[in-house]
Amino acid sequence: MVFEFLSDQSVQYALISGIAIALFCSTVGLFLVLRKFALFGDALAHTAFGGVAFGLFIGVYPLWAAYIVSILGALGLTKLRQRFDISGDAAVAILLTSGIAVGIILFSIIDVDDHQLDDEHDIKQLNGIENIEESHGEESHGEESHGEESHGEESHGEESHGEESHGEESHGEESHGEHDMDDFRDMKHAHDMEEFLFGSILQITQENVITILILCVIILIILRIIYKKLLYATFSEEQAKVSGIPVEKINYLLIGMSGVAAVTSMQLVGVLLVSALFVIPNVSAMLYGRSFKQTITLSTSFSLFSVVMGIIIAIPFEIEPSGCIVLFAIAILIASLIIKSTGIVKTAGFSSKTV
Amino acid sequence: MIVDIEKLSVDYSGIKALDEISFGITEGDFLGIIGPNGAGKSTLFRCMLGLHTGYDGTIKFFDKNIHESKKYLSHIGYVPQKPVIDKNFPATIREILAMSQHSNDPKKIDDALQKVWMHELADRRIGDLSVGQQQRVFIAKALVNSPKILVLDEPVTGIDMYNQDLFFQILGDLNKKEKISIIWSSHDLDAVERLANKVACLNKTLFFHGISEDFFSDEEMMKKYSETSMQMHMHHH
Repeated sequence: MVFEFLSDQSVQYALISGIAIALFCSTVGLFLVLRKFALFGDALAHTAFGGVAFGLFIGVYPLWAAYIVSILGALGLTKLRQRFDISGDAAVAILLTSGIAVGIILFSIIDVDDHQLDDEHDIKQLNGIENIEESHGEESHGEESHGEESHGEESHGEESHGEESHGEESHGEESHGEHDMDDFRDMKHAHDMEEFLFGSILQITQENVITILILCVIILIILRIIYKKLLYATFSEEQAKVSGIPVEKINYLLIGMSGVAAVTSMQLVGVLLVSALFVIPNVSAMLYGRSFKQTITLSTSFSLFSVVMGIIIAIPFEIEPSGCIVLFAIAILIASLIIKSTGIVKTAGFSSKTV
Repeated sequence: MIVDIEKLSVDYSGIKALDEISFGITEGDFLGIIGPNGAGKSTLFRCMLGLHTGYDGTIKFFDKNIHESKKYLSHIGYVPQKPVIDKNFPATIREILAMSQHSNDPKKIDDALQKVWMHELADRRIGDLSVGQQQRVFIAKALVNSPKILVLDEPVTGIDMYNQDLFFQILGDLNKKEKISIIWSSHDLDAVERLANKVACLNKTLFFHGISEDFFSDEEMMKKYSETSMQMHMHHH
């Protein structure tokens, strides 16, 4: 069957979490795009990358560290931005580069030691390492017993010669084994970095899915509650303030939600492509949407379509789902631009109603 | 007295923007605040609306110091100086009014749009409108919460004559028929003379506050105003 892979649990987890991520990224992203803060998600994800490295460095579950570091980083920078009047794009650049810089340095000095291997997430990722370690252990154990056996046959000169040569062999294998471990740590190091940079949707566990779903529900409930105020503050901060809306609090809440959305979606598309989920479906939707409700509905639809199609197409063809998801979103945008330029469908700005 | 301002002074890094301004507004007043560019009109509005809090003196709305509570803002409708609207902002006029509405009453939205003759365009995107139409939407937005006072900061700057006339007609109706008090800053002396019953003439200090007719019939005062405006104009250039 063509879609047999859909019965695979990891694919199901990927789809469920992908749908949840698509929902909240597009909705939170719309407010960021309208505030001309489109790359903020990107900056948050890059800070999260620093957070992941920090988590690994201090032995805390990397994703939790990423949530905390990216949200605190964004809130801190927002405060600084207000105090010293730093422009939005400069703030994004500062956040983005400092996150990556911290991440690169910490990743370069992190050594994969035992306490890190205890981490449940890492164990799942590092099964390969353990297998090698085990086989390495078994090998040496086997050699030992072999050695003992040889030792038992001391009387035979040939054997003692053999033992000698075996000893050399064993030494040689030991160094080979150490070399393996080093390679392996390098691989793990590279693998970890790659996973965060490019996403690892098929590695998502049941616990991850539950966490993502809970975060999705929380974000959507908060958005529902503050929707009017958030939209007003996005439309005009000054006018919202005059209406008595606590604009600063609303802004901090948006930053917090964006941080959670960015770190969570990092698992789906990786640090480098997070802003795609925040921005591209919204830009496409804004070409058609004649009202805010229509725009947000279209944006979530485009986002859901891209994520689901991206995963469904990527898996059987064994290509990277994150790239595939983003390319689907780009395809929708290109199609929308063509439709708008040809006038096949009446898009926003060409309302039929007249004065 | 629904607004009472006492000895209001604002200092921006050692430069006086407002110097001991005192005046009051009674219910039903249509106050035109006039003064040259840089006279401190926008600063005065920012202080009154709680957007600038670093001032000396007291501002009272409905007998309460605005430092103590921001509740007074729910009785104020604010129309900003020529709004800067992102053309691609994907919200309809109806949605713009709904987001600023304290309650969820679609009828009030329709009523507010009727008052500014914009009800037929309720489902158009705000970015698709002309500046004049957008300003009418902003009046409707200010009306949607049934305000007692309407504050307008040079609302007709950059608007064509047709829309300016409509705008003034709407303001006159709101003041006379709806009994909404209006505080309006403007450069347009003719319009102020036509519409306002009170005038406050500002140039960092308040050099006139009183009945509109008294101001416009006082040749000395008019001459003084022209000279000050000219001085400010020269200063700016």
